[in-house]
Amino acid sequence: MKILCCISHVPDTTARIQFTADGKALDRTGITFIINPYDDFALARAAELKEKNPNGVKVTVLAVGKNGAQSTDSVDANLRKALALGLDEAVRIDAEPVDAFFVAHQIAAYAKDKGFDLILFGKESIDYNGAQVPGMVAALLNLPFVSYATSIEIQDGQAHLTREITGGKERLSCALPLVLSAQKGLAEWRIPNVRGIMQAKTKPFQVVPPVSVAPRVRTLRHEPPPPKGTFKKIDPENIQELVQELANKGLI
Amino acid sequence: MSAVAVWVEISEGRLKKPTLEVLTAARQWADSENLPVVAIALGADFPPNLTASLGEYGADRVIRLKGPQLEPLVNSAYARALAQLMRERQFSYLLLPQTYDGRAIAPFVAVWADGALLSGITQPPQREGSTLRARRIAYSNKAIEWIATDHLPVIATLKSNSIVPAKNPRVPTEEELAYTPLPEDLRLKSVGIEKVATDKVPLTEAEIVVSAGRGLKGPENWGMIEELAKALGAATACSKPVADVGWRPHHEHVGQTGIQISPNLYIAIGISGAIQHLAGVASSKNIVVINNDPEAPFFKVADYGIVGDAFQVVPQLTEAIRKYKEQHAH
Ligand SMILES: Cc1cc2nc3c(=O)[nH]c(=O)nc-3n(C[C@H](O)[C@H](O)[C@H](O)COP(=O)(O)OP(=O)(O)OC[C@H]3O[C@@H](n4cnc5c(N)ncnc54)[C@H](O)[C@@H]3O)c2cc1C
Repeated sequence: MKILCCISHVPDTTARIQFTADGKALDRTGITFIINPYDDFALARAAELKEKNPNGVKVTVLAVGKNGAQSTDSVDANLRKALALGLDEAVRIDAEPVDAFFVAHQIAAYAKDKGFDLILFGKESIDYNGAQVPGMVAALLNLPFVSYATSIEIQDGQAHLTREITGGKERLSCALPLVLSAQKGLAEWRIPNVRGIMQAKTKPFQVVPPVSVAPRVRTLRHEPPPPKGTFKKIDPENIQELVQELANKGLI
Repeated sequence: MSAVAVWVEISEGRLKKPTLEVLTAARQWADSENLPVVAIALGADFPPNLTASLGEYGADRVIRLKGPQLEPLVNSAYARALAQLMRERQFSYLLLPQTYDGRAIAPFVAVWADGALLSGITQPPQREGSTLRARRIAYSNKAIEWIATDHLPVIATLKSNSIVPAKNPRVPTEEELAYTPLPEDLRLKSVGIEKVATDKVPLTEAEIVVSAGRGLKGPENWGMIEELAKALGAATACSKPVADVGWRPHHEHVGQTGIQISPNLYIAIGISGAIQHLAGVASSKNIVVINNDPEAPFFKVADYGIVGDAFQVVPQLTEAIRKYKEQHAH
C-alpha cells in the first residue's frame, strides 16, 4: 500500500503574528514554523499503518514550499521531522504556496501517476483554516474524499472510516484509493525518538520543481483584528449587574 | 443567467441557521450587483414548505435536485451536480455555509466549475470593477485578511455566526429536476449515522456557549455548568485538557485543535485563556470570563469579567438568570 501524507508549514501556535509594512505577507522573522497540528494526526496514523506492516506500506511525505531564511523556517527540517516518525521518503515541491488552487494542482500533478492508495491531509491548516486543498486534490484526481475523519481501518483494499458531521458522526466504507482529511482522534500525536531522528537524516529526499499554474486568489492586505477595549469588571457580589448588561444587549 | 446561487443545507427536514445566514449574505451580495438569488437544494425528499421558507430569506428562484441516491449526502455527488448547474446556467457565484459538508463540497465545485474559491469569508464579497474582494479571519483570530480574485465563477463559504439572518420575503419561482449521481460518486458508502445528545443545541450553531476548563477541578462539578447552560438555552463546551482527561466528551473541545466557534455570547469559566484556546473562541461577539485569578490571560479578550470563585459565582449567576427570565416571560 502506498500512502502520501501532505503537510503544511505554519507558524507555531504561540507565535506573535506581525506583517510586512504593506500588510501583504507575514513577517517571518523570529517565528518558529511547525508542522500543522492537524497534519500531525495524519502523519501519526500513517506511522501506525507503517508500523503494523513495515514491508507492505510505503509512506511518502510531501510539502509545497520554499525554505525560509532562518533555520526556524525550514520546510526541509519539518519534512525530516515527519520522516523521523518512521516514514519512508520526503518530497518538497519547490514553490511558494501562493493559494490553495496552486497548491492543490502541485500535489495532484505529483500524485497523478504514482498509484497512491491513500492521500492524507489535516482537516485544515491553522494559518487560514481554509480546508480547501484536500477537497481540491480529490476533485483533480477524481477520488472519493472523507473530510474530518476520526478513524480509518484498512482491510483487503477496503477502508472503514468514521467522520465527524454536524452533531454526530458517520461511519463509511470505501474501496481504496481515497483522499482523507484528519480530525483529532484519527491517531494520537507522536513524538519522534532518537533512532527515528537519526534514520531520517539519510532517508530519500527529493526536491521537485513546480508545475506551472496561475493562482486565482491573492492577498490584498492583513490588518489587526478590531481592538477589544478594556472589559467591564463585575463585582461577584453584584451578579445582577451582569444579567442586566446581557439583557440590555439582547443576549438573554 | 448570472446569479448568486446558494447551496441550501437541509438537516432533519429543517433549514439550519448557517443556511439562513448564507441566504441573507447572498441576498446582500446579489443586491449589490443587481442579480437574483437562486437557492439550490439537493435530496431524496424535501420539506413541504421549502420554497416558501427560502423565499422568506430572499431567494428569487428555488431549484430542487431530487434523486433517491442523494441521501445520505456524498460530497462529490453534490458538488458534481452543483458544478454542472453552474456551468449550464452560467451562475457567476455560489455561496455555501462553512459547515462540515459545505466545506467538503466547495473545493470540488471550485475545481469542476473551474472557479476561484474564497473560503471562510465573514461578509458578502464586494465588487470593484473586475475584482471581487472578501474578508476572512486568519492566524487564529490574530489577523483579518482581505483577499481578492479577478476570476469567474467564484465559489465562497461563509463562516458561521458571521452575520445575523434577516428576512427579505418574496415569492420564488420553483423548478424540480431529477438527478442521478455518477457511479464514481457512489464509491463512498455511508454505513450509519450516529447523532449525539440531540436535545442540545449543536455547538457550531449555538448563540450562547457556556464553557469550562481545568479550574473546575473534576467532572463531578459540571452539574452547575449544565444548569447555567440550561438556564440560558446554551450549548456547553470545554478546554482541551478537560477533554483529554475525559472529564468531558471530545466533541465539546473548542480551540485551535478543537471546534472553532463564534457565538453571540461565550462564557468562559475556570479557563486560563491560552492562545490555542482563544484561537477557537476569540471571534465570539461577547465574552464573559469568570476566573479567580485576576491575571488570567482570558481577561484580555473579555467584554465582562468576574474575578471570583466559580463555585460561588456560577450558581448565583444561574439563579439571577432564571429570575430574570421568569420576570420577563410573557
Ligand atoms: C498545539 C497545541 C494545541 C492546543 N489546542 C488547544 C485547543 O484547541 N483548545 C484548548 O482549550 N487548549 C489547547 N491547547 C492547550 C492550551 O495551551 C492550554 O493548556 C489549555 O487551554 C488550558 O486549559 P484550561 O484553561 O482549562 O486549564 P488551565 O490553564 O489549567 O487553567 C485553569 C484556569 O482556571 C482558573 N481557576 C482555578 N480554580 C478556579 C476557581 N475555583 N474559580 C474560577 N477559576 C478558577 C485558574 O485561575 C486558571 O486560569 C493546545 C496546546 C498546544 C500545544
